[in-house]
Amino acid sequence: MAQTLYDKLWQEHVVHVEDDGTTVLYIDRHLVHEVTSPQAYEGLKLARRTPWRPDSVVATADHNTPTDHWDEGIKDPVSRLQIETLDANIRQYGSKVYFPFRDRRQGIVHVIGPENGFTLPGMTVVCGDSHTSTHGAFGCLAYGIGTSEVEHVLATQTLLAKKMLNMRVAIEGPIPRGVTAKDLALALIRRMGTAGGTGCAIEFAGSAVRALSMEGRMTLCNMSIEAGARLGMVAVDEKTVNYLKDRPYAPKGVAWDRAVAYWRTLQSDADAKFDRELKIDAREVKPMVTWGTSPEMTVTIEDRVPDPDKEKDAVRREGMERALAYMGLEPNTPMSEIRVDKVFIGSCTNSRIEDLRAAAAIVRGKRKAANVKLALVVPGSGQVKAQAEKEGLDRIFLDAGFEWREPGCSMCLGMNADRLDPGERSASTSNRNFEGRQGTGGRTHLVSPEMAAAAAVAGHFVDVRQWR
Amino acid sequence: MQKFTVHKGLVAPLDRANVDTDAIIPKQFLKSIHRTGFGPNLFDAWRYRDEGQPGMDCSNRPLNADFVLNQPRYSGASILVARRNFGCGSSREHAPWALLEYGFRAVIAPSFGDIFFNNSLKNGLLPVVLDDSKVDRLLHDVAAFPGYALEIDLDSQTVTRPDREAWRFDIEPFTKYCLMNGLDDIGLTLRHADKIKAYEDKRKLERPWLFT
Repeated sequence: MAQTLYDKLWQEHVVHVEDDGTTVLYIDRHLVHEVTSPQAYEGLKLARRTPWRPDSVVATADHNTPTDHWDEGIKDPVSRLQIETLDANIRQYGSKVYFPFRDRRQGIVHVIGPENGFTLPGMTVVCGDSHTSTHGAFGCLAYGIGTSEVEHVLATQTLLAKKMLNMRVAIEGPIPRGVTAKDLALALIRRMGTAGGTGCAIEFAGSAVRALSMEGRMTLCNMSIEAGARLGMVAVDEKTVNYLKDRPYAPKGVAWDRAVAYWRTLQSDADAKFDRELKIDAREVKPMVTWGTSPEMTVTIEDRVPDPDKEKDAVRREGMERALAYMGLEPNTPMSEIRVDKVFIGSCTNSRIEDLRAAAAIVRGKRKAANVKLALVVPGSGQVKAQAEKEGLDRIFLDAGFEWREPGCSMCLGMNADRLDPGERSASTSNRNFEGRQGTGGRTHLVSPEMAAAAAVAGHFVDVRQWR
Repeated sequence: MQKFTVHKGLVAPLDRANVDTDAIIPKQFLKSIHRTGFGPNLFDAWRYRDEGQPGMDCSNRPLNADFVLNQPRYSGASILVARRNFGCGSSREHAPWALLEYGFRAVIAPSFGDIFFNNSLKNGLLPVVLDDSKVDRLLHDVAAFPGYALEIDLDSQTVTRPDREAWRFDIEPFTKYCLMNGLDDIGLTLRHADKIKAYEDKRKLERPWLFT
């Protein structure tokens, strides 16, 4: 029978099936960070269990780490304890690799996985982090899990799972200039809603997805969870193979040839059936900006802030009114008139080298607007940072009055010192605009790296398609 | 894990859609390395008028009187009713930990975020899916009748209203079995340790590059 990519990846990892279909699924790669792992290791300890396969674990500290003054260590004692706990757990229980705080390869777990070749096609990849869907860009079955499941994977190398529905999102047509993978993701979430993909594994297909770089595909898969889907994935093609070639932990020599031969089979069969299908015309997508407190509250840069009075559904209307009150926005305000206080370029969605290049191209030779208090550029990893510095991108940002920081999750969720103060408004390349996400009372507008960079220079949102 | 068999309790309404895990337990509390201590910070930004920090004594913090859980009539509530997509967002298991520690044993909504749903089941917090019209009725009745309570029977998979009308809900049989017996997933899976080992040995031969 014809199979989807998801069907193939699933079948490849089945160890055992219970009567009701609950499946024991084998896990190849376990990414670990400081926030969702301490209780899992503690559970292991209390039950006197040991990790099944420590060499499947790749660990780093990213959520809590400061992005400046690394020489001074971590000042916040609560954050420091969490990171020291990870150090101790990895020391005791082992891992394939650990990039601790201040290691030159340290970075956001979803950036270091692919760039080092820890993430390979055909793998199951899990992490106690919902944006694990990022790794699906490599034809992996990759998804976020909770701490109990982190402990389960440590102890058994498996997860209990039920198969999800197959959904295909086909994005066809040429991607217009000024439109990025981030805009495709936001346009999709607006269309599907934040629960539209619940219970589904999404395969992104179509000529626009094929045309995206691996970085772009990662951005798209990263935000599957914002459409409700735990998994997003893209079939393997030449770009996947070329990206992985010569990565430090990718297979080499004969093993590489053998792996690539297998990877090339990681495609949905031509006549495979999907439970749900959605088509998006890339030509119609424009630069997007969120206006509310859910990623589905999105409009194009040409639009105005929506008017709740025009919404017929009472639950939605109330949600819109609450969001506008929180965001401090008046209905019908042109999006391009909204001024921003801070700009954040970073996060597992948009902190890779291509994102930084795109933002730098907008900023080059210009200055941050006076009303923008802070424009923060946080590379996704030490390697991204080094590459950007080699290309002189750091100078472009610094000359424009931006700050150039050390890698980490930073202001995406503000667990470290990088955050919004109450009432402050950001243009952010991250993935969530929830209430308080970037700081209590902070107001987040999600955009692409280009749009964020342009907002920093102009002091308000602008249409990058008209940027000069 | 805490067993779930039959639970009868006071119901609190949270009449919102898309309640995300950042709202359930804000990020500053995720710095803890323990599973406990999150109850006082459940819905922290909605519940208090000041900004909460880890380690703060919450007993003297100014309460937001408008927030539903601060109304005396819902004090001691153990069943929460909310609108669609409850628990969307991050994978933080701190969300069900906080709800449980506050005193909730079940959340009723038309749909849940997938990861939150799973995390709840691993902790004995029962997520009950009822359709929009039933949730509408519940939200209306909870507001209309002080002391409104429901009985949730996992064995019969029913939510029973005070007028004895019972609504059925779905749950996976294996999950139900684990919940009713308070079983530890890891122990159950390790019964298949031989199978996992055999799978792994075969995988080493077929996909050797994954083991170097």
